[in-house]
Amino acid sequence: MSAAPALSVEGLCVEFRTRSGIVRALEDVSFGVGKGETIALVGESGSGKSVTAYAVMGILDPAGRITAGRAMLGDLDLIAATPRQLADVRGRQIAMIFQNPRTALNPIRPVGRQIADVLVRHRKLSHRQALTAAVDMLRAVGITDPARRAKTYPFEMSGGMCQRVMIAIALAARPSLLIADEPTTGLDVTTQAVIMDLIGELAEQLGMATIFITHDLALAGQRARRIIVMHAGHVVETAPTKELFANPRHPYTGELIAATPDSATNLNALASIPGSLPDLRRADLPPCRYSERCPRKTEHCAQPLPRADANAAHDVACWNPLPGQTAGARNASAA
Amino acid sequence: MTGLIEIADLSKLFPAGGGPGAWARFKRRFAGGPDSLPKVHAVDDVSFVIGKGETVGLVGESGCGKSTLVRALTRLIDVSDGTIRLGERELARKGARVFARDRDRARIQMVFQDAGESVNPRFTAFAAIADPLRRLRKHRGKALRERVESVARQCGLTTELLSRFPHQLSGGQRARVGIARAIAVEPDLLVLDEPTAALDVSVQVVILQLLQRLKRELGMSYLFVSHDLSVVRLLCDRVLVMYLGKIVESGPAAEVFAHPLHPYTQALVAAVPRLHESESTRLRLVGEPMSPIDPNPNVCRFYGRCPRGNDTCKTSMPALRCFGAREVSCHFAEDFLPRPIST
Repeated sequence: MSAAPALSVEGLCVEFRTRSGIVRALEDVSFGVGKGETIALVGESGSGKSVTAYAVMGILDPAGRITAGRAMLGDLDLIAATPRQLADVRGRQIAMIFQNPRTALNPIRPVGRQIADVLVRHRKLSHRQALTAAVDMLRAVGITDPARRAKTYPFEMSGGMCQRVMIAIALAARPSLLIADEPTTGLDVTTQAVIMDLIGELAEQLGMATIFITHDLALAGQRARRIIVMHAGHVVETAPTKELFANPRHPYTGELIAATPDSATNLNALASIPGSLPDLRRADLPPCRYSERCPRKTEHCAQPLPRADANAAHDVACWNPLPGQTAGARNASAA
Repeated sequence: MTGLIEIADLSKLFPAGGGPGAWARFKRRFAGGPDSLPKVHAVDDVSFVIGKGETVGLVGESGCGKSTLVRALTRLIDVSDGTIRLGERELARKGARVFARDRDRARIQMVFQDAGESVNPRFTAFAAIADPLRRLRKHRGKALRERVESVARQCGLTTELLSRFPHQLSGGQRARVGIARAIAVEPDLLVLDEPTAALDVSVQVVILQLLQRLKRELGMSYLFVSHDLSVVRLLCDRVLVMYLGKIVESGPAAEVFAHPLHPYTQALVAAVPRLHESESTRLRLVGEPMSPIDPNPNVCRFYGRCPRGNDTCKTSMPALRCFGAREVSCHFAEDFLPRPIST
């Protein structure tokens, strides 16, 4: 991580109040992303990846409540910021690409106008100037015949093109941080590769930090420098990509890598992860939410998890981690 | 290999409406009827064979006609042209509605993409699995209950789960219900349309292993439709690559993925992210596929996006040519061969 992080999230806790009890969706989530750095949040569905992004963006569902934590963007705490401050920051400093471009775009406005809206709001351009700039943005994200495409509606475009429009909207005001929430889910692999290249190139050009949310460990490994693995609302492991694949320390990370179809040459060599996510409404949730599925559980696991070490390059939240080759983890002595 | 089902020259064309408005309506009505309209060539002259006990993968990007091909093959829609032979019988001429009551309906069954959406939400798991048995096998009463329970057990569903509705089941359990429903009538061919697309990796592994075990136990053939190439590579013996309604490459899965001969397959394979490889091979497709509405029959469908294409591709459509066990439709396939193979 570089000296001045673009965003640093510290001890974020989020609860959802539901009819059947309080869901503790995030607990003590901490991570940082440096300027110009690309990191990935990885986990299965229900692990809290998207909730983390929504909490940082201040667009949580009304049932959700942030009970603790800070998200520092420079000097501004996004959690404590007023709605007016947030509205200024959103779009200009942080932008988000959503999972499904077809539902995230406004279906009854031409795409050029949707890009222009951002420019009018944040770059204080006139409507006429903004529309011209919007056409340039469309060209920059690789849409052929941008002047004509600017006048079309989302339903007239393919999924890949809609995602390009989303990227153009997100990057229109040149933000310093981009959150991409599963930007290529539902797209073909060929389109996925092109879109991911595009995000990567633009991020490099603009010196933008990128938080990339995905369930695809292989894709994350290819695109991100550092990977943050989440499970049931906890950050279980943080490590540089190469280190994580070569040397996973958390039992869950190990199982996740073993379950991903590329590491094995035949189907029987793939391992499934036993059990399922714990019910996050339970009052008696164990401190380690993986412990009930974990083959390496010891009596130590009933104690509160070891504190996160923000300075460690490879950080694992486990009392009995997999034996690694390097002594970077904070709790090698606990095992 | 003995062919279980043989598909020859299968085509499915959809009339393209000609747009909204009075003039288009007039043309549809009077000027020659639907035949005069432009046609979307969803599946264009496709031939292949699925052997007994074989697992065939079908890959291609969205809009390439995978689903139309599968729907034509399972006789859910009528075909425009071509033949589908299942053993001694020719099925392509039978209307889709007639086939629903046919004695061979049970021999071709399908597992749909998201069991949460393809299972009737007002049916319990039991009712969902029992439905095809009632209709196609005329099971009733005790025999029905016993058969449902045995097939559920085979798919790893416990008896108490059978009284639940789809929304009370987890993603993996729903996928099992979808599979149990399809194999209940003991089909010869099971068509799987992205059965694991909605699942997490940890659950996906279990479902894929279940499918492999069922195939071994029941001796079914699979047609496995997916856009996830790493899953296709694991499960399939042979793979068909489709692009804009045509099969552009086919062959043993391991060979096709190790040495793709068609430029489209090469781009497809290069685009798959790999765990232990930091930089993917930089082979990217530019632009969008050409329009499937009345495409010029003398232009290669891939022309325009193909990194290799030249003027030859603009004047003659490459035919499928054999290279050992593989078939490729590209003028330049020889250039990509790892070593010379006599054709």
